[in-house]
Amino acid sequence: METKYISQSGIEQWFNAIVISGKRVFAPVNSRGQVDFKLVKKLSEVADEYIQTTQSIKASVYPKAEVLFSYEKVNGKVTLTDFDPESVPETVLWKVHPCDAAGFKPLSAIFNWDTADKLHNAHLVKTSVVSFSCAAADESCFCTSVNGSPGNTAGSDIQLTMLPDGGAIVEILTAKGETLVALMPNVFEADKGEKKEKYLVDLLARFNLEEVNAKLNKAFNSTVWKEQSERCLGCGACAFVCPTCACFDIQEDAHGSKGRRIRCWDACGFAMFTLHTSGHNPREHQSQRWRQRILHKFSYMPERLSVVGCTGCGRCSRACPVDMNILEHITSIAKQ
Amino acid sequence: MSEQNTYLPYLMTIEKVIKEAPGVKTYRLKFQDEADAEAFEFKAGQFGEYSAFGEGESTFCIASSPTRKGYIECTFRDTGRVTSGLASLEEGSTMGFRGPYGNVFPMEEWKGKNLLFIAGGIALPPMRCVIWNALDLRENFKDITIVYGAKTVNDLVYKSELKEWSDRPDVRMVTTVDPGGENADWKGEIGFVPTVVDKVAPSSENTIAIVCGPPIMIKFTFPVLEKLGFKDDQIYTTLENRMKCGVGKCGRCNVGKLYICKDGPVFNKEELNLIPAEEY
Amino acid sequence: MKKLRDRAAELLSQGVVSLVIGYEEGTKRPRPLFCRNSESAEKLIFDSRCFHNLAVYITKKELVGKERFAVTAPISTLRSIMQLYVENQLSEEKLLVLTVDLSGELREFTTFDEIAAYVAQFELKRGEREQGILSKIEAMDRAERWKFWMEEMSHCFKCYACRSACPLCYCSKCVVEVNRPQWINPWPAPLANMEWHINRAMHMVGRCTACGACGDACPVGIPIDLITRKMMEDMAPEFGYVPGQPAKQGNALSSWKLDDREQFIR
Repeated sequence: METKYISQSGIEQWFNAIVISGKRVFAPVNSRGQVDFKLVKKLSEVADEYIQTTQSIKASVYPKAEVLFSYEKVNGKVTLTDFDPESVPETVLWKVHPCDAAGFKPLSAIFNWDTADKLHNAHLVKTSVVSFSCAAADESCFCTSVNGSPGNTAGSDIQLTMLPDGGAIVEILTAKGETLVALMPNVFEADKGEKKEKYLVDLLARFNLEEVNAKLNKAFNSTVWKEQSERCLGCGACAFVCPTCACFDIQEDAHGSKGRRIRCWDACGFAMFTLHTSGHNPREHQSQRWRQRILHKFSYMPERLSVVGCTGCGRCSRACPVDMNILEHITSIAKQ
Repeated sequence: MSEQNTYLPYLMTIEKVIKEAPGVKTYRLKFQDEADAEAFEFKAGQFGEYSAFGEGESTFCIASSPTRKGYIECTFRDTGRVTSGLASLEEGSTMGFRGPYGNVFPMEEWKGKNLLFIAGGIALPPMRCVIWNALDLRENFKDITIVYGAKTVNDLVYKSELKEWSDRPDVRMVTTVDPGGENADWKGEIGFVPTVVDKVAPSSENTIAIVCGPPIMIKFTFPVLEKLGFKDDQIYTTLENRMKCGVGKCGRCNVGKLYICKDGPVFNKEELNLIPAEEY
Repeated sequence: MKKLRDRAAELLSQGVVSLVIGYEEGTKRPRPLFCRNSESAEKLIFDSRCFHNLAVYITKKELVGKERFAVTAPISTLRSIMQLYVENQLSEEKLLVLTVDLSGELREFTTFDEIAAYVAQFELKRGEREQGILSKIEAMDRAERWKFWMEEMSHCFKCYACRSACPLCYCSKCVVEVNRPQWINPWPAPLANMEWHINRAMHMVGRCTACGACGDACPVGIPIDLITRKMMEDMAPEFGYVPGQPAKQGNALSSWKLDDREQFIR
């Protein structure tokens, strides 16, 4: 791990070098009244004053819909064409928040649990993350309550901490980071001795994870699930904007003798998620589905995969049409 | 180094189609690729994801025994989009198979014990695998009793095998149909499976009970076994849940902290007691 | 608001209703509240910020139970309640409606006619936001409009927040949930998303009350409510509806006349 300094003009030059190298660069862009990751060519396109993008970056390593394989039936014979990892282009995610970069860990933990997921890994290997630490937060952020922080470098290849002079402290964290730096090495100057912590927002932890875990272990039959989920509409907004939600559906895109098998995002909050063909639905009430969401993220994943299924980005709370504020709900459970 | 795509199925040829009961068929499948056929191994209890290209995948157990090489079998009922797509295929057609997934019946631990198989209706397929496995290694086990029932005579699956098992001197085969499900030729028992188990009253001493059936049958069979003295670690079952990927990633079969596709589908009653009952 | 709280508490403590669905303060704006006892009625609020269409909860049988319940309803919720009523999704005996009129007075309705009479005073008009976007779209030709909406559709990820927030999407099995046949492809892709939204708009003709809940619910900012709103405005004269008034004629999609100008049905 190396720490450097980069000036404001250096950042622009380096950015341009990345774009010219042919890698696709995705960065937060102001568009349609929201800030979201889009393909960019110039630094000037990148959005400035915002707390959080609407969607996470998980689509870069886990697309909302992707083809698992395609098939063709000719004269009774079936031929399958596998997913080609070479089809994934080199991608750089620019100005990612630490909570999003940290989301790769729980996401990959699921996708590589015992069986490796070829598609996810093919995306992962071609993706580099340049994160920017956070100088501001809003009332929905709670990374420090879930083992995260505004300067957390987990999942990042390079992290920039912006300085008042428009330049930044640069932490080069991985080999991928070094490759990016090598695209324009002369703009990376010696570390000026600035302390990163000085430029991070001070975000107090709102609950204690161990306490929450202990409470959750006893909460299966609690009435809290029904109380909290009464207004929940059972849509998939929270799951889809979440950087760590990985549940998916597999569907067939059939066109006569040809077709493709597609994997797409799904959510445990949907009423039909656990529906059997027989009509039996183990989770037929929204309260059961709400309980599953919380327990899966804060209890089952820590137990089975040693990682919390939440990075405190707060997107679910912001995106929810009826203000299912996860911070509020978890804090309330911690206080039970 | 290229990783394997878990979601890419093996191509299988349907070698044989057997009509078991109204809406229920068994397919004997062969791997189209010789190398795949050679390399393929599985153990009793495991399941697979079977594809009808153009419709999708469906989860069934591997109903044949690993002791019989060269093919695998699945038995399914035509109930939805994928199963009706599969049901429309004929001998010689191609379908897909992914597997083997899930955990196994611990047959090594059962050596020297009596085995009691209890199954109902379309739940005989997951048991058929372990029954044949046990019969093919008959000397490893002591008494083998099979209690199997269905709604009506027509609904009994594997009819020819039921006869085979019945004819064997080293197996006690008890077949039953629900009251009202018998026909004029019926010579077996008449009664619900749990009632018949109670009547047959096999000893729980040094016995493993393997139970598989619709939730209602299981619900009433467990107390009977308890009454007969079976402890929770002597009772095994195989669970079904909505599954898609089969490898613990899509999230559908997650119940409590367990994933039916990874930690199951085989569970003993001790483990079953830990799963939130309302969620499967 | 105090009168509303007191009345709600009274209705609950007297057992007139077993539930009052209203609004409480949320993180950034009001959110739905379910009061099942008089103490919780203290949290009730009712002002111009109360946006959610609470009528969406009326058809959730498990939530509202079998006994009589009350809803605090702003105009948009009242319009949806009327539409649900003409679609036979609720009965007068089960629902008590509370609202606060423009002069701050608490109003209580127990019959459909009372609600209809009250709502008749309010014209359904486009707000600034709707007018702003719609006037831009109306100035586009067909190709430009298709391009605009396909760009919006590229953001949709089929979370169905729009459907979930809509009080009139109460089908126990939605058309996308049918897989024999698979009418609409369930994965998110621009064309597959367009299929879903066009289909939904068709099912909304003559029923949509332009409450904007779907557009507000969309987490990726697609102004999806404008499709159904514009459909409603355009179809009203064709089918004899009055925007903002309940459509007693039934679902436009299934209505027909012998002298309809299309030939294909004959």
